[in-house]
Amino acid sequence: MKTTSKIYTALIMIFLFAPIAVLLIFSFNESKSLSVFSGFSLHWYSELFHDYATLNALKNTVLLAVCASVIATVTGTAAAVGITKMRNKYLKVTLNTVTNIPMINPDIITGISLMLMFVFVGRLFGAATSLNFGTMLISHITFCLPYVILQVLPKLQQMDKALPEAAMDLGCTPFKAFYKVIIPEILPGIVTGMIMAFTLSLDDFVISYFTSGNGFQTLPIRIYNMTKKTVTPKMYALATLIFFVILMLLLISNLADSEGDKTIKEARKRKKMRKATEAAN
Amino acid sequence: MKSNNSISKRNDLVRKLALAPYSVWAVLFIVVPLLFVAYYAFTDNDFNFTFDNVARFFTATTSVFDKQGMPKEVHTYLVIFMRSLRLAAISTLICLLLGYPLAYIISRAGAKTQKVIITLIMIPMWMNFLIRTYAWMTILQDSGIINRILGHLGISPIHIIGTEAAVIIGMVYDYFPYMVLPIYSIMAKMDNKLIEAARDLGCNSAGVLRRVIWPLSLPGVISGITMVLIPSISTFYISQKLGYGKFYLIGDAIEGQYAANNLHFAAAIAFILMVILLAAMVLMQRYADKKTCA
Repeated sequence: MKTTSKIYTALIMIFLFAPIAVLLIFSFNESKSLSVFSGFSLHWYSELFHDYATLNALKNTVLLAVCASVIATVTGTAAAVGITKMRNKYLKVTLNTVTNIPMINPDIITGISLMLMFVFVGRLFGAATSLNFGTMLISHITFCLPYVILQVLPKLQQMDKALPEAAMDLGCTPFKAFYKVIIPEILPGIVTGMIMAFTLSLDDFVISYFTSGNGFQTLPIRIYNMTKKTVTPKMYALATLIFFVILMLLLISNLADSEGDKTIKEARKRKKMRKATEAAN
Repeated sequence: MKSNNSISKRNDLVRKLALAPYSVWAVLFIVVPLLFVAYYAFTDNDFNFTFDNVARFFTATTSVFDKQGMPKEVHTYLVIFMRSLRLAAISTLICLLLGYPLAYIISRAGAKTQKVIITLIMIPMWMNFLIRTYAWMTILQDSGIINRILGHLGISPIHIIGTEAAVIIGMVYDYFPYMVLPIYSIMAKMDNKLIEAARDLGCNSAGVLRRVIWPLSLPGVISGITMVLIPSISTFYISQKLGYGKFYLIGDAIEGQYAANNLHFAAAIAFILMVILLAAMVLMQRYADKKTCA
């Protein structure tokens, strides 16, 4: 890189990381201030661990993200398998377009549209408030699904189509061929898709805001409510912790992806045919 | 022959079984909710058909004071919409001007450097956007970090918070990676030989950029623009925090109506926004197809 390029890149990095640096530093602030650093302390972290509402929101967020990402991964993987096998071109194009809608549509419209439907259906059944954990779970699965499908589809297209056929020729049922041959082949895509779904669900505010009931609070919604009042470094401590958790998940998913692409591929090539025969027996 | 037939039939069944849950899900929770937006937009509180909500978007007025202090009537929601469009357009342009050179620099760097910088660009995306925005507030405040640094350097403080500039900084910050990543992914695939050939044939740097690099990177630019423009038009938190709520945007309008439980009018605004975005996207795709085919 030339010197000017280096300087330019460095300046952009400063811009990108300035707020994150501010968060990290001020989460250790001794005083309440978010702009004057008076001394190092872990006071706000200990305060955070005694904040019942926030801990409860954390529990809710993780519960929701686990449920949503698991269901979205199972449904999305099955859907990706179905889509690659589809022969009707028009149906395929239609389904792909519909899959793209939640990714292209602004979050606020996805959120509003789901909320309107839930409220309407809830009213049909005479419920006073129809927004709860269930509606949030449905919404999260809905916006996670396209990302899972998008991760799994290319892996299926890269896969050697002769492999499942070989397994079935050797006596496998289609279902057995699926979980003994196809699943191990596309596993890196499934793992990346699931981690993406998990982090998206963990981080989502806009769609959750519209589809959550009064009782069920996730962390982003808790943060939103916190920023309505005066914010203390406690929120920064929370942000710092979330940040490192997500960073770790991303590193793991990167590793899973590159391992799947390089190291394991060699070993797998040798195992491939053997597996097909083994599965048949 | 017979066994072949039964295998393909079984395959068919497997395909249908695999696809069924998702198809049902997509119809129920992607397509139907969008129909509900239209349904709510064109009905009143008792679900009787009406144009009132949509009409209100175009006709509602508020009185404001102009620069001379004279009261005047303005179209409330049209003003809000034009403001959203203007701020989003400015932010997108800044993202493009800053992001395009960066994407080019990264795409020409070594493989390892490329990976590191791309990861660095993606990291802020995983910080909760409410907190990122709030952190900007503490940086930009009158007694914030920037003004403290300026004070130490003996420079008079600047007032940014609560201005349109602050809102634009927030939007650029939040959506900048969405501009860089698609442009970079196109540029990384670009054949270096094309640039060398253009130079060999007597093109200067400006010519190479205008005649070779820019046209080849256009698909990335188009998807970058869409990915920045759409969320920045519809955002509803940034303007409340960094603009001190003085610059009401279309997302704030939808959220405000939702909070006030005016679901039908919220749906009408969302419906109009959706139609406009859809039209813009179709137009842009046409333009992109024409450009990349020519």
